[in-house]
Amino acid sequence: MDKEPRISISVTVNGALVEAEAPARESLADFLRHRVGLTGTHVGCEQGICGACTVRFDGRIARSCLTLAAQAHGHSIETIEGVTDSGEIADLQEAFLRHNAAQCGFCTPGMLITAAEFLNSGETARRESIRQFLSGNYCRCTGYHAIVDAIAEIAGKKADA
Amino acid sequence: MKPAKFNYVRAGSVDQVLDLLEQPAGFVKILAGGQSLNPTLNMRLSAPDMLIDINDLDELRGIRVEEDRLHVGALTRHAELERSELVAGHAPLLTKAIQHVAHAAVRNRGTIGGNVSLADPASELPACCVALDASITIRNKQGTRVVRARDYFKDLYETDLQENDLMISISFPLAGDTTVCAFREFVRRRGDFASTGLVVNAELVDGVFTSFSPVFFAVANTPVLAAGVAQLLVNRTITGEVVEQAVAAVDHDVEITGDSNMSEEMKRHLAGHYLREVIGELYG
Amino acid sequence: MPDPFVIDPGLARLSARKFVQGRGRYLDDITLTGMLHVCFVRSPYAHAKIAGIDTSAAREVGGVSHVITGRDLAPVCRPWTAQLTNLGEMKTAPQSALPVETVKWQGEPVAAVVASSRAVAEDAAELVEVDYEELPAVVDPEAALKPDAPLVHPDLGTNVAWSINIDTGEVDAALAGSDVVIEKTFSVDRQTGVTLEPRGAIADYDPAKCYLTIHLTSQVPHIQRYIYARQLGLNEANVRIICPDIGGGFGLKLHVYSDEIATAAISMLIRRPVKFTADRLESFVSDIHARGHRVSARIGVNNDGKIQALEVNDLAGAGPFLIHPRTSVIEPLLVAICTPLAYDLKHYRAGASLVYQNKVSTGQYRGVGMPVASLVAEGLVDAAARATGLDKAEIRKRNLFRDDAYPVTGISGEYLECLSQQASLDKLLKMMDYGRLQEERDAGRDKGIYKGIGLATVVEGTSPSPALYAAGGAPISSRDACTLRLEAGGNISCATGLTDQGQGGEAVVTQVIADVIGIPSNEINIVMGDTATTPFGGGTWASRSTAIAGEACLLAATEMREKILEVAAAIHEQPADILTIRAGEIFNLETNEKVSSLAEIGKTVHFNTHTLPAEFEPELIVTRHYSQREQLMVYANCALGVSLEVDVNTGLVTLHKIWAVDDCGRIINEKLVVEQMRGSIVQGIGSSLYEECIYDETGQLLNGNMFEYLLPMAGEMPDIECDHIETPTKATQLGAKGCGEAGIIAVCGAIMNGINDALEPFGVEVSSQPFTPEKILRALGKIV
Ligand SMILES: Cc1cc2nc3c(=O)[nH]c(=O)nc-3n(C[C@H](O)[C@H](O)[C@H](O)COP(=O)(O)OP(=O)(O)OC[C@H]3O[C@@H](n4cnc5c(N)ncnc54)[C@H](O)[C@@H]3O)c2cc1C
Ligand code: FES
Ligand code: FES
Repeated sequence: MDKEPRISISVTVNGALVEAEAPARESLADFLRHRVGLTGTHVGCEQGICGACTVRFDGRIARSCLTLAAQAHGHSIETIEGVTDSGEIADLQEAFLRHNAAQCGFCTPGMLITAAEFLNSGETARRESIRQFLSGNYCRCTGYHAIVDAIAEIAGKKADA
Repeated sequence: MKPAKFNYVRAGSVDQVLDLLEQPAGFVKILAGGQSLNPTLNMRLSAPDMLIDINDLDELRGIRVEEDRLHVGALTRHAELERSELVAGHAPLLTKAIQHVAHAAVRNRGTIGGNVSLADPASELPACCVALDASITIRNKQGTRVVRARDYFKDLYETDLQENDLMISISFPLAGDTTVCAFREFVRRRGDFASTGLVVNAELVDGVFTSFSPVFFAVANTPVLAAGVAQLLVNRTITGEVVEQAVAAVDHDVEITGDSNMSEEMKRHLAGHYLREVIGELYG
Repeated sequence: MPDPFVIDPGLARLSARKFVQGRGRYLDDITLTGMLHVCFVRSPYAHAKIAGIDTSAAREVGGVSHVITGRDLAPVCRPWTAQLTNLGEMKTAPQSALPVETVKWQGEPVAAVVASSRAVAEDAAELVEVDYEELPAVVDPEAALKPDAPLVHPDLGTNVAWSINIDTGEVDAALAGSDVVIEKTFSVDRQTGVTLEPRGAIADYDPAKCYLTIHLTSQVPHIQRYIYARQLGLNEANVRIICPDIGGGFGLKLHVYSDEIATAAISMLIRRPVKFTADRLESFVSDIHARGHRVSARIGVNNDGKIQALEVNDLAGAGPFLIHPRTSVIEPLLVAICTPLAYDLKHYRAGASLVYQNKVSTGQYRGVGMPVASLVAEGLVDAAARATGLDKAEIRKRNLFRDDAYPVTGISGEYLECLSQQASLDKLLKMMDYGRLQEERDAGRDKGIYKGIGLATVVEGTSPSPALYAAGGAPISSRDACTLRLEAGGNISCATGLTDQGQGGEAVVTQVIADVIGIPSNEINIVMGDTATTPFGGGTWASRSTAIAGEACLLAATEMREKILEVAAAIHEQPADILTIRAGEIFNLETNEKVSSLAEIGKTVHFNTHTLPAEFEPELIVTRHYSQREQLMVYANCALGVSLEVDVNTGLVTLHKIWAVDDCGRIINEKLVVEQMRGSIVQGIGSSLYEECIYDETGQLLNGNMFEYLLPMAGEMPDIECDHIETPTKATQLGAKGCGEAGIIAVCGAIMNGINDALEPFGVEVSSQPFTPEKILRALGKIV
């Protein structure tokens, strides 16, 4: 195959329509990072293991390294930049800061988006269930404890409210 | 790494898929959830010329009960299975098993059809299909056929599925009042593929197993229904001695082979251990 | 000095805000105009002769600008050699950015493709045809020592890179006189650091100015600049290294990597900006590996539990090259030095050897040798407890130095200034409720539940002095620096040689400066990681950030405060020594009246100098350096306990809880210390239960991907409770010691001890890390 097959993609990213042409083989992660310029979505493995690239695809978390940009055509993608700007996870972000749950920050966007899905899932917020929901998101720096603390705090507040 | 170049087609209908598969422009792959295919593309372990994305095909989606069977569309996501009350009611083994498949983000995208098409020997779902005596509906340009899961898995990553085939759905007999099931797998971390596993679907009537389908997985090239083990347990009073006979029969039924994750001896040990545990759990 | 020298303990880590918003700026986030992408062709063989390289097909690929081999790079980048002359003879061989004649490990870069995108570069890399003639590989360290072993470097005539012997005398006699002598062998598999962000470099050479700018994922920009300039034939002043946000370091990003320096050389060669980002598969075969030790050891104890003598022999693998510039020697060196360090004993003998092999080079990864040393020591102490019937906490109390004994000189000659081993252990036992755990464990055994308790009491060497590396000729700075500038608005700009990979060094120095000067922390901005704008400093390694850079900041801030007060005194004609600064305002201590503010001082010195007394030209810019020179390392200590359960049918270990009491001297920011502890404990759990680089006999890494190389995930990790004792070092005013490594050092031994405690009813033990289910079942005889 000589020529690079390209696909035109029309996708809603954080609520705004993005129209772009990209190589068919381009992952959604690379598309978001290098074509749309949203570098808050990180790439740690390109194998689906580490969770650093987690974004929302039609409202639910997905690995952007295991999704082609072409597959996002006609769908809605949300990234850390979007959920930050909308204020949706502001309380969770503050809790991460209070508990020092972000060290190098490389896992943090994926961790937050995953945590937000946990908080929306209606699962009981035992530390055990938080930990299990987060497996699939590596953090090499923190030891996870502070991340669990932060999520548990917000889950507790939600349950009380 | 980045994938090698490929053409991408977003299929608009099942017929279009079948047409493309019939006259392939080189090496063609169906793209469902992408949770197994895309890692191999990213690592250039597989370099198809064309991907046919079936994600827009609504007719491949959905869970429903029809003619005394539970039908699950091939494009049904793991997460939909996990949350489905129909599945929990009619095929509780699937509900038990699906929670052990990968992590939430992967379950949101991965599909049962993709999983069973790939037939990873370490995967939970093929084993469940065999234990539940599922039937798999497959279509190609020539027509539609239904294959029993028990005949479908041929060898390592080799199934009844041919290159021009599209999996349409999988159907399961409905669980009844006497149906019991159990799930065991060895993983070092939650969400990993199993290194040894056992699923059992059985009928327990007045303290007697009237049927017992133990399927071992991640121990051989395909999931293995241990018929000899089943025979020893069905319509018998279960004593310690019977259990040990059944455990001893595993070796006869299943040709266990080691892999890079686990030695053959350990797999054999765990297979016996899980069988013992499961009988205890179901028999009470 | 400031009046209340209290460092605000509750201050949040302001700099983390960008991370929770996804605004961290990491290497791969950066795009330069006209930038091309580099992809390396890597050797599939562990050892092979390069008979030829055919790049013609690769050059034909659309979008490819260059295909570069070792021959092309040789004129641009000189080979380097790692050597430390202060540690005895090292047999060492030069390493090139891209080899010309032989490849020496699977994954070694042999050629580079430069193209318009990474994907296109990869397409072309597949078409580069390297004609390899495979050579026999040296894989296992023991096999490397055999007389007929193939040689990694035939010119050296041996595979032994380095060895050391320590003997304090009369070890044999002391062992012979001991009531019990225990002999054990420990093995610790190779692992790698797996920072979540892979390594990378963006190099941009400006031929007009002969100026090379490199964005680099490094913990040590100033050290790298020195080395890059030297190897590439440039003046340091013409090389700028910028370290953006770094997604984890753990020691892995300290070293000179051939692919990174090759990227810089390529930019010089082709005069274009180029980016290289390692993908995960490359990371596994090119990032340094660590560990990979086999230690045989003997301990002699008397029935009262007192250790009489200790002997260890370590064999470790270096890979094909000693990693530059630190060398791969420090791991076995620290095994030899640190194994007995926590304990008061009189007779010690150690031998350690490092051998070449055709695997990725080993180097400094978190803990550096100390996790191995403490695994051995803690394993032996527990074995001694079993043999003498003593409780495992009690035997430690009897052998640790008394807390009032310091300073002491440890058996291997180390100066231990002030530790709190006994108090830390006491605190730990209380925190764990040790007695209750023992009861639970004993009660469980009757029901077939096998719980175990594991303890470890360790010392951590931190903040090395120049004696470790620089004295051996390596360009490694033990200093760090802080430049402070008072801006016209009264706020402070700080530039420091420190870098931050998430440890929170930025927050720590902010706090120190805020407190010493008396200015709110949000009035301070910290710049780091850029050689063009920060003063020369050693960067971040060996848990030195707070201790060394923190001290430099303290010195600079103290000086800045004095200068500010001097100006205030001059403007307001009051003696400086009765003035003080609180929250950015200047008060007269006697009247408690506000005299001035930093804003007024800033404005005056930058704009309104006409209002100052004649001849008074204030310099409100201060640079201070600090280097730790008194002690080879500043030692901290930690007591750690694990409660776990072994499933004797599956061999799976469940960690119920971990407790740690550490003493890292003065604590500046407790939350940072606690997360350093926890993070390092979880990395140690990885070493202990999951991580191993599995090689076949030809030197192929079999599990070099995220699927098969297991790392700790949230689901299996326990809660980790931390507490502290604070015994400040007197070496600095700040009193801080390092804290980033005690966890990984202590937890491996504690987990091994916990597993062996659980297995005690079966009379079996494990001593080969990682402690996998399969090894446990084998020890139990469940599988043969
Ligand atoms: C981190 C991670 C962990 C995982 N852990 C587990 C685990 O523990 N257990 C487990 O079982 N799985 C696991 N998986 C795999 C996951 O379950 C996959 O989703 C599944 O195996 C494949 O489904 P898919 O829809 O993603 O298929 P795809 O990846 O899209 O396709 C897989 C293969 O099936 C073919 N195919 C797909 N659909 C059809 C169809 N309808 N007809 C014909 N051929 C088709 C494709 O051409 C391809 O060859 C894991 C994946 C990841 C990334
Ligand atoms: S980069 Fe997608 S999961 Fe790691
Ligand atoms: S904070 Fe560094 S990986 Fe999580």
